Amino acid sequence: MHTIIPLAITFFTSLLIIMGFFIPRAPFSDIQQTMLVWVLIISGFAALLGVDSLLRQHIKKITTRSEGWAYSLVLILTFFIVFGLGVFSGVRYGTAFSLASSFMYAYTYGIIPLQATMFSLLAFFITSAAYRAFKARSIDATFLLVAAALVIIGRVPIGGMLWSKLPVIADWILDWPSMTARRGILLGITLGVIGTSLRIMVGIERSYLR
Amino acid sequence: MGTVVGTWIAAFLTLCIFSFLYRDNPFYRFAEHTFVGSSVAYLLIQTWYFTIYPKLVLPVLKEGFTQNYLLLIPTILGIMILTRWFPNLRRISWIPISFTVGVGVGLAITGSIQGILIPQLKATIVPIDSWNIVIMIIGVVTTISYFYFSAEHKGILGVSAKVGTIFIMIFFGATFGYTVMARISLLIGRMHFLLHNWLHLI
Repeated sequence: MHTIIPLAITFFTSLLIIMGFFIPRAPFSDIQQTMLVWVLIISGFAALLGVDSLLRQHIKKITTRSEGWAYSLVLILTFFIVFGLGVFSGVRYGTAFSLASSFMYAYTYGIIPLQATMFSLLAFFITSAAYRAFKARSIDATFLLVAAALVIIGRVPIGGMLWSKLPVIADWILDWPSMTARRGILLGITLGVIGTSLRIMVGIERSYLR
Repeated sequence: MGTVVGTWIAAFLTLCIFSFLYRDNPFYRFAEHTFVGSSVAYLLIQTWYFTIYPKLVLPVLKEGFTQNYLLLIPTILGIMILTRWFPNLRRISWIPISFTVGVGVGLAITGSIQGILIPQLKATIVPIDSWNIVIMIIGVVTTISYFYFSAEHKGILGVSAKVGTIFIMIFFGATFGYTVMARISLLIGRMHFLLHNWLHLI
């Protein structure tokens, strides 16, 4: 009984969005645009829940002196330092995203290098995984290996120097056989998304109400 | 001066992350937690400056509340979502969640049809004027048949699914190769930073 109102809200909200798509005139298109702004505002509030959950968990680790509590302290301190810099820069420059602000300094010399290095680290692990996975044990694995090898070699300058046709072959693999499978998978996913969305819309799938 | 200090901080954090290649160690964990803490703070500041302030606060400050009284609805819904902090009130948060899910579902249905389903079908149903088109049609049909699980993969369906597997493997291999190249270029970028910007060796 207590789920009827939330399920009705989901149904009518999604119906209004769909009507805004199929009837692109006032008031439906305006309602759709207003709803999109509202969702952004709600997601802004929801971000507080995520931040609270993260901080709460790490504060608990510090207070109970659990294993690795010092790292939790680092996380909390970094959070408040960067957040403080954001507030300070906002007051001083009008926006925290001014290039001269200390907040952007922390972003440029802290967050960007950390993020780029974290992702570049995957180059090593992906190569190590390839060494183990790329054994031509079957015909399928052989196709996987050959396609990956041709794309890798074909997209670096040395590939073209070894054989001028290699970059052409790499592009052909990406544009045709690879793209067709991608399209097939994409069509399957899309039909799945539409099916699941309709289930949520009519209230068959309601696991989000917990 | 600020650039020099910043470069040293960035180099230190870069080396801390790379130290994980040896094994998990305190330097890596320090950098990892720094990354999480600073990223979350960045996200929060970004949410304020790009969402809450321009879409909620600024219109009220500029045009007054009476012109923007409808903004009271998302504000109340936003406050309602915070009731998840209180276990006995958490059902109130179902209202904004339902609203958000409703908008998401509506967008997913219309976006999938308009953005993916119809354009992809249109790009597949084309005049057969080259061997590449033949490969494409065979690839799409056989790939879809591989994901059809309502019947046993025997006979024509079995053959079709088998051919589809080959296309899927080529796709996985090509995507893997593409991802490797993207990661390697990021690695080159970090190495260039260390050797050029920091150590001035190249």
